[in-house]
Amino acid sequence: MEYGPAPESDAEAQAWLDSHDRAFGLFIGGAMTTPGTGFATRNPARDVVLATLTQASADDVDAAVASARKAQPGWAKMGGPARARVLYALARLVQKQSRMFAVLESLDSGKPIRESRDIDIPLVARHFYYHAGMAQLQDSELPDCDALGVCGQIVPWNFPLLMLAWKIAPAIAMGNTVVLKPAEYTPLTALYFAEMCGQAGVPPGVVNIITGDGAVGELIVDHPGIDKIAFTGSTAVGKRIRERTAGSGKALTLELGGKSPYIVFDDADIDSAVEGLVDAIWFNGGQVCCAGSRLLVQESIAEDFHDRLRLRMGGLRLGDPLDKCIDIGAVVDPVQLRAITEKVSASGGEVFQTGPAPEGCFYPPTLITGLTPAAPLMQEEIFGPVLVSTTFRTPAEAVQLANNTRYGLAASVWSENINLALDIAPKLAAGIVWVNGTNMMDAAAGFGGVRESGFGREGGWEGLTAYTKPRTKTTALPPIAAFEAPKTAQTSGLDRTAKLYIGGKQARPDGGYSRAVWSKKGALLGHASLANRKDLRNAVEAAQGAKAWSRSAGHLRAQILYYIGENLSARAGEFAARIADLTNASAKQAEAEVDTAIDRLFHWAAWADKHDGAAKGVPQRVVALAMNEPVGVIGQFAPDDAPLLGLVSVIAPALAMGNRVVTVASQPFPLAATDFYQVLETSDVPAGVVNILTGDHRELAPHMAGHMDVDAVWSFSSAADLSQVIERASASNLKRTWVNNGRSRNWAGSDGQSRAFLTQACDVKTVWIPYGEG
Amino acid sequence: MIATRTPTHLPQVTLARNPGIPLDMEWVRSAQANTSAIERRAATIPGRRSVKKDHQAAWLLRAVSCIDLTTLSGDDTPARVRRLCAKAAQPVRADLLDALGMGPITTGAVCVYHDMIAPAVEALEGTGIPVAAVSTGFPAGLSPFHLRLAEIEESVKAGASEIDIVISRRHVLTGNWQALYDEMAAFRAACGPAHVKAILATGELGSLRNVARASLICMMAGADFIKTSTGKESVNATLPVSLVMIRAIRAYHTRTGYKVGYKPAGGISKAKDALTYLALVKDELGDRWLRPDLFRFGASSLLNDIERQLEHHVTGHYSASYRHGMA
Repeated sequence: MEYGPAPESDAEAQAWLDSHDRAFGLFIGGAMTTPGTGFATRNPARDVVLATLTQASADDVDAAVASARKAQPGWAKMGGPARARVLYALARLVQKQSRMFAVLESLDSGKPIRESRDIDIPLVARHFYYHAGMAQLQDSELPDCDALGVCGQIVPWNFPLLMLAWKIAPAIAMGNTVVLKPAEYTPLTALYFAEMCGQAGVPPGVVNIITGDGAVGELIVDHPGIDKIAFTGSTAVGKRIRERTAGSGKALTLELGGKSPYIVFDDADIDSAVEGLVDAIWFNGGQVCCAGSRLLVQESIAEDFHDRLRLRMGGLRLGDPLDKCIDIGAVVDPVQLRAITEKVSASGGEVFQTGPAPEGCFYPPTLITGLTPAAPLMQEEIFGPVLVSTTFRTPAEAVQLANNTRYGLAASVWSENINLALDIAPKLAAGIVWVNGTNMMDAAAGFGGVRESGFGREGGWEGLTAYTKPRTKTTALPPIAAFEAPKTAQTSGLDRTAKLYIGGKQARPDGGYSRAVWSKKGALLGHASLANRKDLRNAVEAAQGAKAWSRSAGHLRAQILYYIGENLSARAGEFAARIADLTNASAKQAEAEVDTAIDRLFHWAAWADKHDGAAKGVPQRVVALAMNEPVGVIGQFAPDDAPLLGLVSVIAPALAMGNRVVTVASQPFPLAATDFYQVLETSDVPAGVVNILTGDHRELAPHMAGHMDVDAVWSFSSAADLSQVIERASASNLKRTWVNNGRSRNWAGSDGQSRAFLTQACDVKTVWIPYGEG
Repeated sequence: MIATRTPTHLPQVTLARNPGIPLDMEWVRSAQANTSAIERRAATIPGRRSVKKDHQAAWLLRAVSCIDLTTLSGDDTPARVRRLCAKAAQPVRADLLDALGMGPITTGAVCVYHDMIAPAVEALEGTGIPVAAVSTGFPAGLSPFHLRLAEIEESVKAGASEIDIVISRRHVLTGNWQALYDEMAAFRAACGPAHVKAILATGELGSLRNVARASLICMMAGADFIKTSTGKESVNATLPVSLVMIRAIRAYHTRTGYKVGYKPAGGISKAKDALTYLALVKDELGDRWLRPDLFRFGASSLLNDIERQLEHHVTGHYSASYRHGMA
């Protein structure tokens, strides 16, 4: 009773390759270029060359970007409903040619035909359908948003067409045009898709597809004619892209690696949890960024669980990806196979494999038990069919182990106790949590990570922010300097000491330096401490210690923000005078700034308990909850202009959403901020939730952006090049950044409290909760 | 030659019968069945597993040898049963078996009501095909308990070597696990040497967790087979239910060493469905459970569809029902 071979025919796919003489050019401006020199793409399972591809040159990239640029205004102007029809046609074409796409994908990537046929391609069609709808609704639902422009998109080899769809569908739905580079291992479905673009009525230049290796990726990343980079791939490359795009003004989203925990509690349906691992780590041979690759199983059931898992592994069938009866196909390339082999052979622990893999580019399903959290393979992404395992004793320890990683893409939680599962899900550092399941995806639900798994979401309404920008006019923001010391100092009254505010206490600066702050008329207003990196470190530590704030209810946070507003109001006159002295504003202007600052506190207090999550309309029988979670610790460089309003405008929304902040005050006018901490002290703000530093933005920025325990950095400083400094340094842990790129913001107006603050203050976590009984 | 004939063995020929174990309520209560996860796994089986050409023909022949060819109708007559038995003895046209290089095969058993046992035993004499009888107030199981026991005894006396009992669903629905265990143990005792298949009527148990628990209890009380349905419930055998019962069988085997058989019944009428069930059993339990002593289909119309597929395999042309002798 053996299964025997059950081959899927590749005749049509081979005929299509033959019809192109197995040589492909680039898809630019709606037409294929003549094939040039390049590289071969192989079928990894059979080790044969499928076709040769063109390595795009710098001129080619220029041409593709130029064609996208030329097409973009017309495409955007066409309007949402007209674009919706094109996306709808693409969805239908993907369905009509579904088997061709599936076979090509499996030929080129080595993934089982079952997966490309039953998972990848249906999700591709779903993505175009869903975003056809988004295009349709754009004008009515996102009236204040514009397309970003030209998007450079670089996709990986593990889900070649699916990642293409995730990138292209939202981009073109919102009126952007794209230059997309498929991975060099797997370019074929993208080129077949290029043919479909013509049939779907995609105007020339809206979609451009160019092939090549990492060098072509770099040309895209560096290209000055591109407004946004979207990348899915390794964390190492993601960091390089972050550094290279720093200060360019390009928008950036990164969907990177993971080491996602798969947590099994003792009350789980153990057989289902074992089976879930087949979909978690042996889906696409473990070559999945969100693979549940780190098994954490409760000690009391560990032995039984591992026994059943080993038994299940014995039933996995490894072999030709085009066989309809196999579970694990080929590894994408011998290079990858070597990497997996080397990692496993260097590992400690007990390595279990059910048997040798077939000859060729295959790796057997592998379980490594007995590893401790410190073991390299518990920390590093393997990107192969290799599961590592350890045990935990309590739910609290499960969370600790799960979060003991640089990554934060996905997590699975298995328990039949809804109290436990819903308690654990919010505590996990991950963009996606699957309860009693794994690897569930849909266009309506956001996908993306935290920490070094990247930032930005793909799918859902939240995914559209990655391809739109608010329709506002900004002007260049010139550096704002402090007023210089007069030739003769005018002093008056009793000396007041402004300190730093760290962990709820006033602290002297570590360096022991201060700067005299002068009014325009030459009056000495006071001295502001010059914080150094150690003060910054202490402030971050204090903020990290104030985790309870992030768990507190919005109602509580609202009350405290209102209370800050109330206490500020009580001292309005004093603050207005301070502002007038600092900035040389008129009394009326200064009073208006205080008034607006109080309003702003009330505004974000109002929002604190109203930034609702959503239950997504996914097609599965699942409650897919999109939860707005605080980002964590946000480092902030407050605007130099509007010393009080600017400060309040960045602190209040962050606090409202449950973040803790380390805020560096206006550099030229720091003393409103040091007065403000006295207001905080009287307003029941828990220690460490707000930390205020004064000092030099350029000196502090690389330390703030480089600090590994800071989760995001915002900068509205007027200091030159600060955006670039921050973006580059942020690559250390791929923290989110929100910088002004040297552009102004009208703090007194609605831009000072736009929805972007909500978006930036939150990460959307999607929690998938399948349900059903009977 | 694509397959060798697998004779229809009764379990005791090759395997030790499951004697049962004391009721282990801790085990029963810890049994979990996550419906969504089970449904997802069940849904991927047809896509994950595919059997083609010669292998498919071999699998279909195996499926035939695992069928409990069944008639359970109020209008059954001895003549009708004799017809069924003749079909059980020659379920596939001889020319097709020849073309497939197969010797003669039979179905796993013939399954009838008590009053039809005698004509069935007579008709099957010399074939080696066992007669299975549904019993214990089938299908509802609500007749007086002593009469249900007596019915078993009468049927065994009449020559049935397999007894398909129905459990009292109310014991499951009210959580009276001890009563369920005691009832099953009494049925088993009444069967004596005859093998007992416990019909859970899964469509009436309310949840997959109840299916898991009832499966465990029936095995603890000595069931030789556990069976999904009477065929009279509104929902009969399904893949999710099968997965739950099969996993319970595996757990019981892991813990006790005894192999209990599985019989999905009702609603399996297509050859493709049969292949899917066989694949499910192969993947979850292993090849040993693919023989008629541990696996049966309770079905009546399935056989005809399999015959048509076999003819298609032999001739390359799609077949018609009327080309195959009816039961």
